[in-house]
Amino acid sequence: MTVALEKPENADTAEPAEKTAPVAGVRRVSRRMVVAAILVTWLVLFALLRGKQTLTLAAADLTDLHRWFNDVNDTIGADRNSNPLFLYFFNEIRLVIDNLVTFIQSLISQPSDGRPLPQIGWLGVVGIAGYISWAVGNWRVALLAVAGFTFFGMQGLWQESMDTLALTLSAVFVALLFAIPLGVWAGLSDRFNRIMTPFLDFMQTMPTFVYLAPLTLFFLIGPASATIATLIYAAPPAIRITAHAIRSVPETTVEAADSLGSTRRQTLLKVLLPMSKRTVVMGVNQTIMAALAMVTIAALIDAPGLGKTVVQALQSLDVGTAFNAGLAIVVMAIVLDRVTTAASGRAEAARRSGNRFLKWRRPLLVGGGVAAAVLVYLSHTYVWAAEFPGEGSTGSTIASAADDVTTWAQDNLSGITNAFRDAITNGLLNPFQTLLTDSPWWLVGAALVALGAVLGGWRAGVTTAVCVGLLVGTGVWSDSMTTLASTVVATVLVMVLGLTFGVWMGRSLLVDRLLRPTLDAAQVMPPFVYLVPFLALFGATRFTAIVAAVVYAVPVAIKIIADGVRAVPETTVEAATAAGCNTWQIITKVQLPMSRSALTLATNQGLIYVLSMVVVGGLVGAGALGYDVVAGFSQGELYGKGLAAGLAIVLLGVMFDRITQAAARRASA
Amino acid sequence: MTPAQTEVPQRRGTPQDSAPTPVISVRKLWKVFGPKADRVPDSEELCGLTRRELMDRTGCTAAVRDVNFEVSPGEVFVVMGLSGSGKSTLVRCLTRLIEPTAGEIVFEGEDIRDADDKRLRELRRRKFSMVFQHFGLLPHRRVVDNVSFGLEIRGMGKAERTKRALEVVELVGLSGYENSYPDQLSGGMQQRVGLARALAGDPDVLLFDEPFSALDPLIRRDMQNEVIRLHHEVGKTMVFITHDLSEALKLGDRILIMRDGKTVQCGTGDELVGAPADDYVREFVKDVPRGDVLTLRWIMRPVVDGDALDGPELGPDVVVREATRAVLAAEKPVKVVENGKLLGIVGDEEILAVVAGQEGDM
Repeated sequence: MTVALEKPENADTAEPAEKTAPVAGVRRVSRRMVVAAILVTWLVLFALLRGKQTLTLAAADLTDLHRWFNDVNDTIGADRNSNPLFLYFFNEIRLVIDNLVTFIQSLISQPSDGRPLPQIGWLGVVGIAGYISWAVGNWRVALLAVAGFTFFGMQGLWQESMDTLALTLSAVFVALLFAIPLGVWAGLSDRFNRIMTPFLDFMQTMPTFVYLAPLTLFFLIGPASATIATLIYAAPPAIRITAHAIRSVPETTVEAADSLGSTRRQTLLKVLLPMSKRTVVMGVNQTIMAALAMVTIAALIDAPGLGKTVVQALQSLDVGTAFNAGLAIVVMAIVLDRVTTAASGRAEAARRSGNRFLKWRRPLLVGGGVAAAVLVYLSHTYVWAAEFPGEGSTGSTIASAADDVTTWAQDNLSGITNAFRDAITNGLLNPFQTLLTDSPWWLVGAALVALGAVLGGWRAGVTTAVCVGLLVGTGVWSDSMTTLASTVVATVLVMVLGLTFGVWMGRSLLVDRLLRPTLDAAQVMPPFVYLVPFLALFGATRFTAIVAAVVYAVPVAIKIIADGVRAVPETTVEAATAAGCNTWQIITKVQLPMSRSALTLATNQGLIYVLSMVVVGGLVGAGALGYDVVAGFSQGELYGKGLAAGLAIVLLGVMFDRITQAAARRASA
Repeated sequence: MTPAQTEVPQRRGTPQDSAPTPVISVRKLWKVFGPKADRVPDSEELCGLTRRELMDRTGCTAAVRDVNFEVSPGEVFVVMGLSGSGKSTLVRCLTRLIEPTAGEIVFEGEDIRDADDKRLRELRRRKFSMVFQHFGLLPHRRVVDNVSFGLEIRGMGKAERTKRALEVVELVGLSGYENSYPDQLSGGMQQRVGLARALAGDPDVLLFDEPFSALDPLIRRDMQNEVIRLHHEVGKTMVFITHDLSEALKLGDRILIMRDGKTVQCGTGDELVGAPADDYVREFVKDVPRGDVLTLRWIMRPVVDGDALDGPELGPDVVVREATRAVLAAEKPVKVVENGKLLGIVGDEEILAVVAGQEGDM
């Protein structure tokens, strides 16, 4: 489907070009008026037709489609051990993945072989983590890794952390096993790259959540599904970055190798791969971070680990425990990120430091390896080195401190936070949601299609029409509209914040230098973690999910806008200044119009990020589609509805993505 | 616009006296980019179109159009043209880094276009080497490993190739930098590495694709001198691409001027300056200090009655600048004599006309 949509790009851009330039100004004004007209018409009709044909569906109600999904699920469940497709394909895959996960778990997290403890105890794991971090990175990240891992033990979350690590590592391992060869292939072959790109776009566009439901259909609930969902989510960045790395090797260098008579294989092994190594390691970094984020979300389909602790705590509104586990996730994210970042820079750094150090490197590596092996042996043999000492008292301290802060905040800040929450909820969210959910479905649908066509061209309009039709078909129209309302409100907030900070950052290097590390760090965090503090502040409401979504999406938007503003040529700004523009004029008349495509891209990314988070917000009272999906995992009779809700999320995502991307293409044309 | 092919270049004592078999002969070479490029060289009608017309008609770009030339052993053959003239495409066609559309490239009696992949690789490994404008070095390898890369590709052992690489590194004046990485070197030194890499395999022909265009003027001059020195020392056949006329005149035994993929003129430097084939070439060579390029052959006048014929004698291939002092010092006009035969005479006016740059169109 996406292939067909991508292809006629040229036709799209050629169309406005045919119209002569002077008309463009007139057209833009009229487009704005058309949008206004659509909205006014909608409002008028809404007033007349309010509450009719809204397609509401009560929480426990099911449509035929949902029942059919349930039946499919049951049939598949019954056929699982007889249908050849399952016997020889899905079950095999599940078995292999399951064995891999179980193997790694038996090494570091789960008791096995009649031992009361895993093969390698905490001391061994800490030793290995430190050693590997030092070997691929430097001693600073090694210290960080040792400290981080020890911290998990002190939090009383050793086993959960190791489960998360085991799942992440297996998913990353399998993902890279496929992703790097595919990436190299895509880097070498234009045709393969063209085939891959739409798939990768699609895989990355989809909110993480939605992989889960269909996968459970084929791979059951549990670690195997979690790993597969994770690797689907985590592989695209590695493929993309590897292909990019191969492609960005300077052509002259490849040509030089050719001119010396190297074979394709020699060029690949001696030129392309070594020269793209550094970038590929950055791709590995992205994969690991994506995997960690997904593994925590996969707790919803019963993946063991820290995510599960967070989910359970969120569901029982136990902020302290959720915070403690969330902190462990953050620490793990930081450790993994720092280590892999250091790894990508290591070769460079070692070279710069001169040869003096290189001479000692090999013996030191061997020595470190022996030390790590000794620690592993100790932790395999002695209980004190296998089981983390203490009761995880630091963890309880953190949890109770978080609880205290929450209580304090709720007691003292509730006035402010509630006022804020109510202002947004009543002023923005509720009216909008009412408009969407109380209008007849065909009115909303028509308005969406019209908006899509006006903003993104007729092709986007067609996509929107198809998506609207399918949304009606899923039977969760009303819930979709609720989610849509939250998403749009959150995106508006994201864009307001993104514009403010993005422009500020784009215009001032100092601000950029101050903000960027924070933004980078924020992007590394798995989305789950954001829910915890806002749950403490705002309680379990839709609004919590929206704020978490805003916080999750805003770093991306800020960065894209800042880069867009920065990319405006210095001379243009200088010329505007010379012409006597004041700062406000420069921003509104030069910098923002010139970074229009960045703005549209930021909106696109903002929407997608928000959508994936609003859904996770189903856990903390956001209701709607997110709740349907979560409920689907836990209650058998709601499975079909959950699956339909998952589909609805995909449809919303596709719709947003196509409209904004078409708009972005038009803006840059 | 027919190419003015002038034969018998005689400069710098190039070993050309008995017209030896050329190392490379290029005949009717075409390179057309675009859809169904093959049909262009075959169709008389399409051949006749200008570049622009061809683009509009077929969507094809003809980068090299019907180019013919021969390169003699030990010669420095320069292909000159502005950007977009097809010169870089031409040199890449020689070793099929870009696959030619039509024509022949005969190297030592063998048409390179017929070579299969294996043979082509063999030719690239042993017979040709290329130096690139943007160096094309491997940033993750030390200088010595960059230089020995071609040998490594051939499968030469480590000790042997390192030994050879060190020799070449010394030859191009990079001793002491063997263990540096390319990005620690200046542009000029990086290009020396590129040069060393090309020389390491001891090829028969060196191809240079605008090797010094990315360098500062001073460094460029150094490197040009370096190439001249190496040419004296190793005596390789060289095909040199440049857009800089002074570089072409300085290095080239013969120069081929290209425009829009076609040959405009091919000849020695003094032929280009003395007898430009058309206005394009004339415009090109306008600012060349003529005294440095032209030889007496170009400025002598026929003997008329009353000329004093007892002046000193000089050969026809003496460059004007070198003859200036002798001619001006002599009381009588200088006789231009080749193999005992009087070709003409050169007096003060002729010399001054060139040196003072007043000479009108010839």
